[in-house]
Amino acid sequence: MTQDGSPADKPEKDEEKKEISKVPSLVQAQADELAALRAARSDREPGRGADTVRVRPTGAQRVPMLAEADAALEALYARHKKVYPREVHGLFARLRVLLASLTLGIFYGLPWINWGSGRQAFLIDLPERKFNLFAWTFWPQDLFYLAVILILSAFLLFFFTAILGRVWCGFTCPQTVWTEVFLWIERKIDGDRMKQMKLAKLPWNREKLLKRTGKYGAWILFSLWTGFTFVGFFTPIRELAVSSVAFTLGPWETFWVFFYGFATFGNAGFLREQVCTYMCPYARFQGAMFDPNTLIISYDKARGEPRGARGRIVDPKSQNLGHCIDCTLCVQVCPTGIDIRNGLQYQCIACAACVDVCDTVMDKMQYPRGLIRYTTENALEGKPSRILRPRVWVYGGLLVAIAAALVISVLLRIPLDVDVVRDRNTLYRETNEGLVENVYTLRILNMDNSAHAYQLSVDGIDGLRIQGDIERVTIESGQVRELVVRLQADPVNLKERSSHIRFRVQAEDSTSLVASEEARFLGPVIR
Amino acid sequence: MADFTSKFWEWYILILVGLSFVFCFALVIWMSRGKKPTKIESHGHVWDEDLEELNNPLPAWWLYMFYITLVFGIAYLLIYPGSGVFAGAIKWSAAGQYEQEMKVADKKYGPLYEKYRTQPIKTVAADPGALKIGQRLFMTYCTACHGSDAGGGPGFPNLRDKDWLYGGQPEMIKASIAGGRNGAMPPWGAVLGNEGVHNVSEYVMSLSGRKVNAEAAVAGKEKFQQLCVACHGADGRGNPAMGAPNLTDNIWLYGGSQAAIMKSISDGRSGRMPAHGEFLGEAKVHLLAAYIYSLSNKELKAAK
Repeated sequence: MTQDGSPADKPEKDEEKKEISKVPSLVQAQADELAALRAARSDREPGRGADTVRVRPTGAQRVPMLAEADAALEALYARHKKVYPREVHGLFARLRVLLASLTLGIFYGLPWINWGSGRQAFLIDLPERKFNLFAWTFWPQDLFYLAVILILSAFLLFFFTAILGRVWCGFTCPQTVWTEVFLWIERKIDGDRMKQMKLAKLPWNREKLLKRTGKYGAWILFSLWTGFTFVGFFTPIRELAVSSVAFTLGPWETFWVFFYGFATFGNAGFLREQVCTYMCPYARFQGAMFDPNTLIISYDKARGEPRGARGRIVDPKSQNLGHCIDCTLCVQVCPTGIDIRNGLQYQCIACAACVDVCDTVMDKMQYPRGLIRYTTENALEGKPSRILRPRVWVYGGLLVAIAAALVISVLLRIPLDVDVVRDRNTLYRETNEGLVENVYTLRILNMDNSAHAYQLSVDGIDGLRIQGDIERVTIESGQVRELVVRLQADPVNLKERSSHIRFRVQAEDSTSLVASEEARFLGPVIR
Repeated sequence: MADFTSKFWEWYILILVGLSFVFCFALVIWMSRGKKPTKIESHGHVWDEDLEELNNPLPAWWLYMFYITLVFGIAYLLIYPGSGVFAGAIKWSAAGQYEQEMKVADKKYGPLYEKYRTQPIKTVAADPGALKIGQRLFMTYCTACHGSDAGGGPGFPNLRDKDWLYGGQPEMIKASIAGGRNGAMPPWGAVLGNEGVHNVSEYVMSLSGRKVNAEAAVAGKEKFQQLCVACHGADGRGNPAMGAPNLTDNIWLYGGSQAAIMKSISDGRSGRMPAHGEFLGEAKVHLLAAYIYSLSNKELKAAK
């Protein structure tokens, strides 16, 4: 926020001041504890002792202040403590609200959009085995594109993680976005962090009962809406809405609405940061994409230490203090309950809440901003950071190549598919006219949105003929037609016992709508 | 339904399953009891330089999962078979489930089949909906021998033409499907000798108007009149009552080359169409007969 502070910040100011004056004793206790631990483990940390030679840290040791991170070990026996993240305002908080609105807007809005008359623009129609995507219709045969899209998504994640760190986690991950909404509801009903903590300690009285009912009620309603919307991606959402209101949902629709509702309620209401720290695989493997040039959120230890409380007008240097006033606001706003001053930790989802809150404190103290900031490991060590480095080029190159391939193949996609199954009971027949006959079953699938008449032809052997009056077939949209086809050839034209032939299916009303499939024609060779 | 003649193995399974549950429960309880360690210590197992195994307890939810699986296992074995002599509360069996599903399918499709079953085959054969069902049935049950186009193959008759071994009237086709057929051509090689077989083959080919050695054919005719007329008739037009083929239409079940014809005469042939009546039920046989009848009577569809 700005130095003068926006009106929304004002009510908090007094509260902050109180807290600042209040917390240090508690923080002091923590610091003593950590100091003891640090002393006990000092042998494991290179470069801390004054007389040890500074060696280049490797692997896990590159994480700063390892000893403090180890303190988390003690928490293994502790019950899970609920994290009450303090509300935060600032550039990154606004960015998160913007991105959350965008992603949630897409999620809740997309199924309601129609493309053309009554056709849901985005519908994964499982009973009909098709996927509507605006003007396109995809069939199970196109599942290949899904694989490409997933690969593309993976490379997008790699690419952005290599450059920007865990921005996905902090700003767009559904877990973060829905938790943000649930936190917002929680704050509207229970009040701010302090009030929430007080309420939790309160015995069950009328106020607590009312507030809890209100909060859980609002959560449940929002969760059910989420579940309903999710099912709306698979079942036409307008029909779903009608049958939800009329209580005529099918058993599976009901199950999935409640299942996804329950998952939303549990994940965003209760599990929250535990999903990120214990359950999410992406959270962990993103660490493998980090290098010293990756943007991370970091506390500037050189500038901040030694930390300590001080008056606003005192020059920190005179008291031998750094810029960190140890107000612990960065800990209070953290949705995963960590202290960013302990260095880069796997729990950090890079939401930048601590950046926002620390900047407001720096403004109030009239220190420069950025004690906690987006920076890189190289920058912290005073080395130059490079954005364009080999891994960025590789990820970027692959990303562009795969995206281009996907776009081109979707644009060139032909909504027509032909499969040929050769009859297996006889290799071939001789007709009474002395011709050689082979039998095939053709499966022609019209994946286009309208019916077409198709011309069937075959080539590969001189004089190869299709028997019967089946050279022209009309197939409705989305229908498969099984066609038994008999081919006859004069044995004098057979050069091999097994000849390659090619079936060709061509739409009469479109030159580009054509599919062909190879098959084999068996017969005797006359020498 | 018992696969074993003695009850021993069923009791063996029951006791083993029971003991396994007791063991698993005891193991989970034993491993999860005891005081929680007050100090974090390493078990002394280290991997990858600094990954240590610590003595912290199993997370509670994980422990509950063990109990949930055990309870699930007991509930499953109480409901479904799996513990020897005890067949489970709902008496489930694979055969039972199959019958159940067939009942459901019968209820769903029965009326449709019943509608066609009561109509004459010629009427059914003119109904495009019935023909679609008939084709599906044909593709499932008949293509293995007769080909997906019903064109047959060596030894398997072509069902698309007007040439019928046992008669092409709808009722005869239905009878062939329901009851099956056994065609037997006895071997004449021993009686006729090599030359006799050759001569008869020349005569038989002449019946279809093919070019033959006239002298041999005359000799063959003599033998034919003695040995073959009983089944194939004096004029060689066959007899549908016993499935003796018409030899005058140049349609050959086992191949029309002279070598193939000679082999038929000297070694005999034996063709078997299995009975499908009991297996498919009358309604399906009726639809199949209609479909097959329609293949060689295209004018039916045109008339409709």
